[in-house]
Amino acid sequence: MSRADALVSADWAEQNLDTAGVVFVEVDEDTSAYDGGHLKGAVKLDWKTELQDSVIRDFVSKDQFEKLLSEKGISNEDTVILYGGNNNWFAAYAYWYFKLYGHDSVKLLDGGRKKWELDGRELSKDPVIRPATSYTAQEQDSSIRAFRDEVIAAIGDKNLIDVRSPDEFSGKLLAPAHLPQEQSQRAGHIPTALNVPWSKAANEDGTFKSDEELRALYADAGLDTGKDTIAYCRIGERSSHTWFALHELLGEANVKNYDGSWTEYGSLVGVPIEKGAN
Amino acid sequence: MCGAPAQAPDLPAGIDLNLETVVYGVVATADGAPVAGAYVRLLDEGGEFTAEVVTSASGDYRFFAAPGRWTLSVLHRDGAVRRPVVALEPGLVEVALTLS
Repeated sequence: MSRADALVSADWAEQNLDTAGVVFVEVDEDTSAYDGGHLKGAVKLDWKTELQDSVIRDFVSKDQFEKLLSEKGISNEDTVILYGGNNNWFAAYAYWYFKLYGHDSVKLLDGGRKKWELDGRELSKDPVIRPATSYTAQEQDSSIRAFRDEVIAAIGDKNLIDVRSPDEFSGKLLAPAHLPQEQSQRAGHIPTALNVPWSKAANEDGTFKSDEELRALYADAGLDTGKDTIAYCRIGERSSHTWFALHELLGEANVKNYDGSWTEYGSLVGVPIEKGAN
Repeated sequence: MCGAPAQAPDLPAGIDLNLETVVYGVVATADGAPVAGAYVRLLDEGGEFTAEVVTSASGDYRFFAAPGRWTLSVLHRDGAVRRPVVALEPGLVEVALTLS
C-alpha cells in the first residue's frame, strides 16, 4: 500500500463526483451531518446502526454486510471513497471494516468533511438513490483485527499504541471530551503501551501529515518497526485512523486494530492497568 | 471572562454537574451573529487535542472536560479564534468565542 492507493484529495474528489464506478460514502457517528448536506451523489452509512450488530457487541456478519452494501448500491467492482466528520475517524473505521471484509478498492478522502467545508466546497441535499447490487464479501481478514487475549499477550512483547488523548491515557478523562465522562470502565492504559494520539498524525484541517512526518512521529515515540503492532483507543475508531496511517500510508506490515479498545479492556476483571503519562 | 451568562447549555439527561465539567458557549462573528458549522477544538494543558465539535445552527458548542487548564481553538472558513480556559471545579464554564 501507499498514499496514492489509499487516499484521494478534495480536488480529485470534486472532479470525480460523477465518475462511473466511483461511489462516495459518508460515514458518521451522527448522520444528521449527511442530512444537512453531503457530497453530491454520496450515500450514507451509519456507524452505529449499520456497521454494528444491534444486540451483541460485534460487527454485522458477512451476510449482513453483503445485504447492506447491495442495498446501498455498491458493487464489488466499485471504487469506494469514504469520508466523514470527526476528522475522518469513522470513515477510517469503515475503511478498515471494508478491508476486513475484503473490499480492495477503497480510499479515504483526505481531510474528510472538515476540509471540504473549510474549503467552502459544494454540499448537496438531493436524495441519493443507487440501484441495488448483488454484493459478495469475503470472510473477515483476521490479520488486521486484534481481540482481547491477543492484546493481553502483547503486553511487553508487541508494540501497543494507545492513540487516545494524553488525558485519557493518563486516566484524567475516560472519553474524548465531546462525550460525558461518567463511564463504567476503569481509567488508565494498557501497560507498555506508547501514547501517540491520533491527532499527531493529522493536520488541523483533518488531512494526514506527510509520510516523512508520520515516520518521524512513530520513530520518535519509540515504535519498533521490527515488531508487530496493535493500535487501540476507546471504541476502535480513532485507532482505525492510526492503523490507516501505519498500515496503508506507511506500508508497515502486521498492524492490527483492537476494536474492543478501552471500553472492553478497561472493563475486564483482573487485567493489568497503568495510570499516569508515558 | 465569560460575560453575562446566557441560558444554560442543552445537556443530555442524567448529567451530574457535581461530577462533569461542562465547557460551553456560542461562537459568533465580531458583530454578534452566531456561527454554525465552526470547528471547535479543546486542547489540554500541553496543547494536545482532546476533542472537537462542530457548532450547531445556533452557534453552540459543548465539551465534557475536567477541572484544569484548557485552550479552545476555533476554525471556520470565515475566521478563527483561540482562547484559554481555566476550570477550577466541576460545573458549568461558559466561554463566548468571537471569530476574528
